[in-house]
Amino acid sequence: MLKARISLLNRVPVRSYATAASPHALVFLEHRQGNLDSASLSALTAASQLGGQVTGLVVGSPEEVPSVVEKAKRLNGLTLLLHCASPQYTTLLPETVSPLLEKLLSQSSPFTHVVSAHSSSAKSILPRVAAKLDVPAVSDITSLEHDAASGSTTFTRPIYAGNAISTVRASSSIPIKFFTVRSTAFAAAGAGDAAESEVKALDSVEVSDAPTEHINTSLTKSDRPDLGVASRVVSGGRALKNAETFQSTLYPLADALGAAVGASRAAVDAGYADNSLQVGQTGKVVAPELYMALGISGAIQHLAGMKDSKLIVAVNKDPDAPIFQVADVGLVADLFEVVPELVEKLKQ
Amino acid sequence: MRPSAARLLNIIVPIKRAVDYAVKIRVNPEQTGIDLNVKHSMNPFDEIAVEEAVRIRERLKDAVKSIKVVTIGPPKSAETLRTALAMGADSAVHVEIPESAPSPEPLGVAKTLKALIERQKEGVDVVILGKQAIDDDAGQTGQMLAGLMGWSQATFASKVEVDPEQKVANITREIDGGLEELRCLMVRFIRNIIFHHSVNFRLFQEPRYASLPNIMKAKKKPVEKLTVAELGVDIAPRLETIEVTEPPKRVGGGKVANVDELLAKLKEAGVTGKRA
Repeated sequence: MLKARISLLNRVPVRSYATAASPHALVFLEHRQGNLDSASLSALTAASQLGGQVTGLVVGSPEEVPSVVEKAKRLNGLTLLLHCASPQYTTLLPETVSPLLEKLLSQSSPFTHVVSAHSSSAKSILPRVAAKLDVPAVSDITSLEHDAASGSTTFTRPIYAGNAISTVRASSSIPIKFFTVRSTAFAAAGAGDAAESEVKALDSVEVSDAPTEHINTSLTKSDRPDLGVASRVVSGGRALKNAETFQSTLYPLADALGAAVGASRAAVDAGYADNSLQVGQTGKVVAPELYMALGISGAIQHLAGMKDSKLIVAVNKDPDAPIFQVADVGLVADLFEVVPELVEKLKQ
Repeated sequence: MRPSAARLLNIIVPIKRAVDYAVKIRVNPEQTGIDLNVKHSMNPFDEIAVEEAVRIRERLKDAVKSIKVVTIGPPKSAETLRTALAMGADSAVHVEIPESAPSPEPLGVAKTLKALIERQKEGVDVVILGKQAIDDDAGQTGQMLAGLMGWSQATFASKVEVDPEQKVANITREIDGGLEELRCLMVRFIRNIIFHHSVNFRLFQEPRYASLPNIMKAKKKPVEKLTVAELGVDIAPRLETIEVTEPPKRVGGGKVANVDELLAKLKEAGVTGKRA
């Protein structure tokens, strides 16, 4: 009797499933030189986890877009692929791309989520669009869960350089939920045997008076794997003395392992390595199978960028270096003796 | 030399008081956030932004008319403003929120900054922000503000050249895989620029330490106090924080004695040399 009373008191009107729009994500697919960025493929995986439709968007120059569309339409998890080509999208400036996204997401838009990799380009574009639509954005998520009944999405994301994990909920009061995805937390979506998704071209929204003009882009040339997605990373710190020693010591080891090269902020600030190689809170976040930290002490900010690696190996002269607290395999030794010996023995 | 028609620049630098970067943070027992009874200081990226504003003035001399720092935060944020004034900013605005109020989200901060920019009688030409705060790690405020204002933006800047005569700024940005150079237009009241600094100390010098005389001088510089209500903006968080937890702990696996043992461990994990 009492029980029945309580259940009556606790009864709250339950929204029927029909009231919340079923999730429909728009995934911003980035590409370079005709190839899809693998971080975008991780974003697609995250979008699929919302449990609804997923539409991809490819924006770029008329020369690039067709070949990217060819690859993207075979991706698993896409229901529709939108593409938009214009000379003004040759370099994606937020000032020129935002109007296109705003138009796509305006009043009658079917989209409930906007998803991208946490890449430098998307980080520049997405918040600008979100603000124009008066909605907040969630950065660098590592997991998500969508509740179709209430139309709310719950995300986890690292804060304080990964030293705490915050769980945030975006309720149905936020009509379009923007988020960027930490690519190392989601597997890359594959190109499958699924039916090709429907492909639709969009008209560009030409901006005649953009306040910003692109002058040039200079990419760091390297024949080694890209740091962000490499399965093995060899990383050097301040102990590498100078740029020449950094290269002559680390590159042979990276090549022997087929690894990408990374650097601590100390090494970058001292000019030993290019800024694009920086691993950490203010650089790249990597989670390879193997992370080798050579002459890196292991500051909080550096650990934020690599502590999800599968196997961490550290070589450092200082037995008390904090890196040894997280390293699966530590060796207290002079890296200038260790590395050549390693290279020699790996080649055997 | 005749005075040129170059425009005098008014620069705004939004800054944030955050837990000091060297503090090893702890999640509070209620799991609502972290223990904030620790050392706070200016967000390091904002320090670089203040430093760059001061350097722009050093380079352009009289072309920079004012450097104003702004913060939105509890009463204690006043210390952070004083630090920025001691580094060389001229005046400050403190949009004060109660100690107990939740930290505003980037969108709320961007709206507040927009309202502040619109109040400036002389207009604002450049806004310089840090690329992210080291507490929430969101990295959104500058882009949101640029969007709300319809201004030019340059994120993750590593080099800035402002030319007040040509009314442009050339900015080099760090992008994935390299660098990109942009030209941003400044035409007062139509378009200005917003850029952020990334933390590349090879290009951006270490922020200066405020000397004692400068700290004394900073005490006399004007700090305007405002409230969110006076600015007519709503900064209530739109996202709900359910909980804050410790990340999974990673425990080291101990040490090996030599390279051979290291190689054995690698082999165990399936890591061998690349087959050439």
